[in-house]
Amino acid sequence: MPTYFEKKQLVTPGELLAEGDYLAGNNTYAENNKIYASRIGLADLDNKKVNVVALRSFYFPKVGDMVIGTVLEVGFSGWTVDVKAPYMALLRASDVLSRPFKPQNDELSQVLNAGDLIVAKIASYDRAHDPQLSVGEPGLGKITRGQIIKVTPSKIPRVIGRKGSMISMIKQETGCQIILGLNGVILVTGKNPEDEELAMMAIQKIEEESHTSGLTDRITQFLKEEKVKREENKNE
Amino acid sequence: MNEKPEKLIDKKGLRLDGRKPDELRPVKIEVGILSNADGSAYIEQGKNKILAAAFGPREMHPKHLVLPDRMVLRCRYHMAPFSVQERKSPAPSRREVELSKVIREALEPSVFVEYYPRTGVDVFIEVLQADGGTRCASITAASLALADAGIPMRDLVVACAAGKVDDTVVLDLFDTEDKVGCADVPVAFMPNLNAVTLLQMDGILTPEEFEKAVNMAIKGCQKIYALQKEALKTKYMLIGQEEEVEE
Repeated sequence: MPTYFEKKQLVTPGELLAEGDYLAGNNTYAENNKIYASRIGLADLDNKKVNVVALRSFYFPKVGDMVIGTVLEVGFSGWTVDVKAPYMALLRASDVLSRPFKPQNDELSQVLNAGDLIVAKIASYDRAHDPQLSVGEPGLGKITRGQIIKVTPSKIPRVIGRKGSMISMIKQETGCQIILGLNGVILVTGKNPEDEELAMMAIQKIEEESHTSGLTDRITQFLKEEKVKREENKNE
Repeated sequence: MNEKPEKLIDKKGLRLDGRKPDELRPVKIEVGILSNADGSAYIEQGKNKILAAAFGPREMHPKHLVLPDRMVLRCRYHMAPFSVQERKSPAPSRREVELSKVIREALEPSVFVEYYPRTGVDVFIEVLQADGGTRCASITAASLALADAGIPMRDLVVACAAGKVDDTVVLDLFDTEDKVGCADVPVAFMPNLNAVTLLQMDGILTPEEFEKAVNMAIKGCQKIYALQKEALKTKYMLIGQEEEVEE
């Protein structure tokens, strides 16, 4: 039962990865006891499971995911929200108002209007129904300040880093609050726009270099250098 | 240029453009060159120049085309008015509509359509310059565009034609050979699964010649597949190399 790849090897869709007693993990599929890649990415073996970390993918909703979306439309009893998935997500009015919703009393567009950004969780989704959102937990709801940056959804784990090392480092270095939407939308809120910009530059750098190793150290270095540069500019 | 050449193969056994019977035209492939598309690819095969762009998966419009159990793959093959010597009307011709369907059916077996129900993927293929064998080059490019868009696939699809000119079975026909020659057999192929997804024939061949042509086309496919794979990997390798220079 051989495997046909080295750790972190770049593989293309259809490449034979392993044969025999292996399990097909992320972005792979099994056929005739053989495992093939189904996306372009980096192959990795975890026990008996063959995974491919995709370099190109899109967001697909999963129950419990935290996402950041844009309100598209105010409907009769709720909102339609664009969460960068192949489906439009629905947010019900009764969920936001936390009391029974009466159309004659409440004007929905005063609560959330088209164009507003929200942080929400996917409450339900299956193959037959569009995803439903919920904002009933602390930290969820309308976004009032900060800046938005978009990355490929498959790179969100890289932004988080091993056990959150990357994201907590950026938070610490820049003093910004960062909310990661699993759909690839990231909200950065800091004390001033400069801090936010710095955090965004770091995130952008992670996206560009996500498949190289030793990234956390390089990003730390980058942030420190960038901060020194800014200090110098201020003093001049 | 439009005169009919008397012989398509000279005494030495070489073709009009100097190729051997089993030789491909030079192929150049690039991936991810359009920033507004989710995935894209560009192919040059001889004088063919073709762009392919993929969008999706996204909500299907119009809504009545949505399928409850799978993703809908849509293809549009289109030739630019300047792609041939005589201006081609930009309106879709009978031939383009047919090729769109044929290309879609060649790509569909490679895509996991059942993963994303009620959605749609659009593939747009624009022929900028045509010189025979555009359907094959289009399939090769379109498959790369889908892979670049991050759509899960069983395998890349690669296509190549073989045919018969002057009683000789040849690989990868160009325009004149296609028009003056006896037969043309385009084949689309999934190299890792060893499966054919498109097989057409235009002209007359004996069963033996047909078999020879199909085998030759598959060999051609495998050569193009190596280039196709390389092109897809190059896009991501480039970033890695820049990194090394910096350090």
